Amino acid sequence: MNKIPNRQAICETLMEHAKDDKTITVLCSDSRGSASLAPFFNAFPEQSVEVGIAEQDLVSIAAGLAACGKKAWCASPASFLSTRSYEQCKVDVAYSRTNVKLIGISGGISYGALGMSHHSAQDIAAMSAIPNMRVYLPSDRHQTKKLVEALLRDEQGAYIRVGRNPVEDIYTEDDCPFEMDKATVLAEGTDVLLVACGEMVKPAQEAAERLKKDGISAAVLDMYCVKPFDSGTLLKYAEAVKAVVAVEEHAPTGGLGSMVAQAVSESCPKTVKCLSLPDAPVVTGTSQEVFDHYGLNAEGIIKTVKGLL
Amino acid sequence: MNNLKVLSYDLRRNVVDMIMSGKGGHIGGDMSMMDILVTLYFKVMNISPENQNDPDRDRFILSKGHSVETLYAVLAEKGFFPIDEVISQFSKFGSPYIGHPNNKLPGIEMNSGSLGHGLPVAVGMALSGKMDGRSYRVYTIMGDGELAEGSVWEGAMSAGHYRLDNLCAIVDRNRLQISGSTEDVMHHDDLAARFAAFGWHVVSADGHDYDALAAAFEEAKNTKGQPTVLIANTIKGYGSGIMENKAGWHHHLPNQEEYEQIIADFAERKENALHE
Repeated sequence: MNKIPNRQAICETLMEHAKDDKTITVLCSDSRGSASLAPFFNAFPEQSVEVGIAEQDLVSIAAGLAACGKKAWCASPASFLSTRSYEQCKVDVAYSRTNVKLIGISGGISYGALGMSHHSAQDIAAMSAIPNMRVYLPSDRHQTKKLVEALLRDEQGAYIRVGRNPVEDIYTEDDCPFEMDKATVLAEGTDVLLVACGEMVKPAQEAAERLKKDGISAAVLDMYCVKPFDSGTLLKYAEAVKAVVAVEEHAPTGGLGSMVAQAVSESCPKTVKCLSLPDAPVVTGTSQEVFDHYGLNAEGIIKTVKGLL
Repeated sequence: MNNLKVLSYDLRRNVVDMIMSGKGGHIGGDMSMMDILVTLYFKVMNISPENQNDPDRDRFILSKGHSVETLYAVLAEKGFFPIDEVISQFSKFGSPYIGHPNNKLPGIEMNSGSLGHGLPVAVGMALSGKMDGRSYRVYTIMGDGELAEGSVWEGAMSAGHYRLDNLCAIVDRNRLQISGSTEDVMHHDDLAARFAAFGWHVVSADGHDYDALAAAFEEAKNTKGQPTVLIANTIKGYGSGIMENKAGWHHHLPNQEEYEQIIADFAERKENALHE
């Protein structure tokens, strides 16, 4: 099984297009290494901007560049990009409608044992609450590539959160169904609907496969497009099942689970269970150890589904 | 030059009429900034409704976005939108003329309002000009109270680092902010040294003297290899004795008696300017 971090897929895709599109400009805040963007800086120095450890400056400068016709992609750890420069994202990107793509790297609890200062467990809630802002959490490298290509074609701001760690492929190069702002259906099912985004898609997919062996039919949606939220696909699948489980690497408030619960309760009320990180600093450990501790894995999802049905 | 000074009193009156119509506005800083904006838009910058989408146009960002009334008055005079419309609709329900700059209006490059954003955004614009080999210049004006925002100094740092000589920042140094004297709230008296330490060329001028302002902007344009900051020493509420140097006029709404006094003072000073 191929394991490539999504951040690397972003860099490779940007490099593919930067050769022909000189407006593509990448900005880092002393983060080119952790963003896997060093190859871009080396290959396209004239299309790269370093701002130093200054996340507010990063986003405002990107907005200024975008206002002058650049396709500005700025990368910084999601924890800092989504909160320290939150106001710049709100005013200079979303409100001023500049074409800035905000790449939140090492998202969620990617930094594991580094602690709460480095975790971004509130970025979905924060970014989704801003008018004109779009929020994406791609699940694997193939989907990340498709997403970046779609985002290169539009002129609106967006926040993209990716993790630090390599993730297993869900799709293949030849089989990666992708429609912009539409959830990808990974499995059809009639008993329960699993909705996940980012790194939680893989355990949801695995859980569905294992549930099948126990005679439980689980549909799986890869809701990479958290905003604009694809409630159409969600409701179509939610109507057919007995319960819905949302899985996310995020605080329990204001993330994917909240959005799923809101949409389902408005249109086809039924039980929605949200699996998330706690509303507390998370336990120390590698991200896998943390996921396992809070049941954010196939085991946890299976246990939750069996408790609901 | 006197023509611009004369014009400034007509525009000051439009600002006060806007504020009376919209029942609110930041009158003190509007008045301290007026002569700087009139100089920029009518003497210095290459910008007009005809070239507003030209990639080579000069850029202006109002970092002290609360002084939007003066920007509206100047842009209307330049022909971007009708002044009667601004005065009648300012801050009214559903109006495009809101209390801070919005780039849905022609002539406004970026939205602002939250302080400390203009300089770093201007850095991005100036950097883009350098990357593309374009000759336009970028101007942004900040309030002196605004300089307490940390993001201002992130922008100052990067402008110095990238030697952005196509960037000119202006500080509207009126020495007052909403709570009182800037030096009491958070002192900035070593402003020139602070900017110089970040690699900037520093110019000071009387912010109400048109010759001095024009000379300062010319010096900025001729300065190579580093950005320029113009510390414009101004008087908050400039134009009428009842407002001048009074912190309470930061966003005071004049009553009818005050309004009439202000208009009379503007008329008198305009008359004096005509005969200078």
